Amino acid sequence: MANPLTPKDRTKIPRQKMPEQEPEHRRQNFAEVNLGLNFHLATQEAMRCLECAHPKCVDGCPVGVKVKDFIALVLAGDYLAAAAKIREDDILPAITGRVCPQEDQCEGTCIMNKKFGAVGIGYLERFVADYERETGQIGLPPIAPPTGKKVAIVGSGPAGLSAAGDLIQKGHQVTVFEALHEIGGVLIYGIPEFRLPKEIVRQEVENMKRMGVEFQTNIVVGKTVTVDELLGEEGYHAVLVATGAGLPQFLGVPGENLCGVYSANEFLTRVNLMKAYKFPEYDEPIYDCRGRNVAVVGGGNTAMDAIRSALRLGAKNAYVIYRRSEAEMPARAEEVKHAREEGIQFLLLNNPVEFLGNDKGWLRAARCIKMELGLADESGRRRPVPIRGSEYELPLDVVIIAVGTSSNPLVQSTTPDLKTRKGGYIEADPETLKTSKVGVFGAGDIVTGAATVILAMGAGRKAAAAIDEYLRTGVW
Amino acid sequence: MGTDGFSIAEARFLAPDVKLFRIVAPRIARKQQPGQFVIVRIHEHGERIPLTVAESNPTDGTITLIVQGIGKTTKLLNRFDAGDIIPDVVGPLGRPSDIRLFGTVVVIGGGVGTAIAYPTAKALRGAGNHVITVLGARTKDLLVLENEARAISDEVFVTTDDGSYGEKGLVTDKLKALIAGERKIDLVLAIGPIPMMRAVAETTRPHGIKTLVSLNPIMVDGTGMCGGCRVQVAGRSQFACVDGPEFDAHEVDFDGLAKRNAMYREAERQALERFVSDPKPDLDLIRHRCKLEDVTPR
Repeated sequence: MANPLTPKDRTKIPRQKMPEQEPEHRRQNFAEVNLGLNFHLATQEAMRCLECAHPKCVDGCPVGVKVKDFIALVLAGDYLAAAAKIREDDILPAITGRVCPQEDQCEGTCIMNKKFGAVGIGYLERFVADYERETGQIGLPPIAPPTGKKVAIVGSGPAGLSAAGDLIQKGHQVTVFEALHEIGGVLIYGIPEFRLPKEIVRQEVENMKRMGVEFQTNIVVGKTVTVDELLGEEGYHAVLVATGAGLPQFLGVPGENLCGVYSANEFLTRVNLMKAYKFPEYDEPIYDCRGRNVAVVGGGNTAMDAIRSALRLGAKNAYVIYRRSEAEMPARAEEVKHAREEGIQFLLLNNPVEFLGNDKGWLRAARCIKMELGLADESGRRRPVPIRGSEYELPLDVVIIAVGTSSNPLVQSTTPDLKTRKGGYIEADPETLKTSKVGVFGAGDIVTGAATVILAMGAGRKAAAAIDEYLRTGVW
Repeated sequence: MGTDGFSIAEARFLAPDVKLFRIVAPRIARKQQPGQFVIVRIHEHGERIPLTVAESNPTDGTITLIVQGIGKTTKLLNRFDAGDIIPDVVGPLGRPSDIRLFGTVVVIGGGVGTAIAYPTAKALRGAGNHVITVLGARTKDLLVLENEARAISDEVFVTTDDGSYGEKGLVTDKLKALIAGERKIDLVLAIGPIPMMRAVAETTRPHGIKTLVSLNPIMVDGTGMCGGCRVQVAGRSQFACVDGPEFDAHEVDFDGLAKRNAMYREAERQALERFVSDPKPDLDLIRHRCKLEDVTPR
């Protein structure tokens, strides 16, 4: 069906609201917060698209999803075709529909955004991807005839998966190596069940297996096998390093090794990958947060994920301690809103300067200092400055440090001719993602530093295109 | 590999609750160096536990693990037998031991710590060192790898707390005697329970003898990602999984390590109790890849 409404009438339809679990209820479970649009809401939302001649939404998407085309298919009621249309550019639509910061990308550039509220592109993407999954009729793209070339991908996170999806379609043989026991990288260990159900990640991985991608778990490249061995005796023609920004950063304040102090990586890995929230049915434990005071330090999405997980584990008081103000918080607005609705308490312009323990080595409090905003720093955000004499003690049983990550050196340190830059990140050409070593490409957080799922997927696609060209031409 | 799991070629008890497993893991066997460890997960609901590799054989592609059944996971693992499959084994992880000619090296193994010390002791001997091995155990039954240690050491001494075998006393008593003896000691490597390693560090400190310990803090991923295994060494936070597991004993904050290792004691107790009173849910999880003839926990 073509859109029967005039552009003016389309702007009169309000942006549809995503149905959600009620805050009081959802804070007690790990089930997904957003419930997804129904057919009616999806149609209403699709009707809002102005079908621009030069759609800005496509420019705003790091992987160039053909937004206008897929929304037209939603309106026509051909949801499977809509999903297949997305898959031409984005191999993981059910995932990106949930975790992309659309407000900064496709929806940020949507012409409707300023005056009427952007078209809910993310909601619609999720809607068609879920429909496709529930019908079991996944529109897998066609595979080119075999080229006889082998590609090794190191890391099974968003960059690795999207590169694998593109390379397998080009007819190359693709093996993805993962250090952990489950495929998905940050999608599995980092992002919680209530934001991205793991079953969806598993389903997407299954789709890739059906397309012919081979996955090997329990392989730490740099330890179990080196990049040189992959290119040598293992016979791979190209290697893509997509290992992510895996090492947790700490604050460097006294008391950080007390029991009860976690990195966000550890806390989230225990909860998400190891399912510690189901202890003792699952073996990996996590500190029993029931009735306790828990805080996260940091203001990004990871911080929100961690503290909302702690709340669901039963925390009595759950705090976000952030040294700047809400305006500077890097977390998505939706995550902050969800966190507030669930009862997370925000201690903005606060910063811990020391963690205090009891005689058994357990955390009992954080000594915090209040901050005010000074002049802008190199990031363009106003620099937080401590207010003298404002220190106080905040009683805490658990604190989770979520102030960023740095590069994991396992691959770089065992690949001597792979050049790195400051911070140990891999040096790669911004367009071709070629590294200093012939046959080796780099993509995702290990090149850029910590970013988002979709940016990593975009980099994975770019790398896949460059790898395909290299394999076809042999020209480095 | 990986998705198909790792099959057990050989399994036998060395002592009550202490079992040796030879596991088919060709990639790890080829890369393994003394001092490195693997992380093992034994079923779909399992935790990830680090275990040091006692021996590796690149020719037949096997690695040997020696497991003391203490908690739930190790007790369940000790019910696996030859032919059974362990779903996840990843490694080799950690930095290898520093193997070179030091001169005279005293290697101290406390309990199953001996299994961890053994490959390093063997390599140190191979590098031309005079290796004196001191094996300590609470009682004779708990002593492991004595014959293996004898085969790769120039001198071997055994101490038991109760005097049931070797000399009655602690490994540090023997160490003190060795320090007071004729031979100059160039390096001490001590691997065992935290109190033992701390006591060894305090014994050698006044004499300025270089002393190394291999630490076994709680880990999750083993690749530096979670930071759960951090220990204070020389006033700095170090990750045992990637910066260790061996560290200078005189710089390690053993007190902090012991406290962090006790972090999940209550959960560990609860898990073990639940397993012992009703092992069925766990046995069901491993049944499809294990023979499991009896159903009573050992």
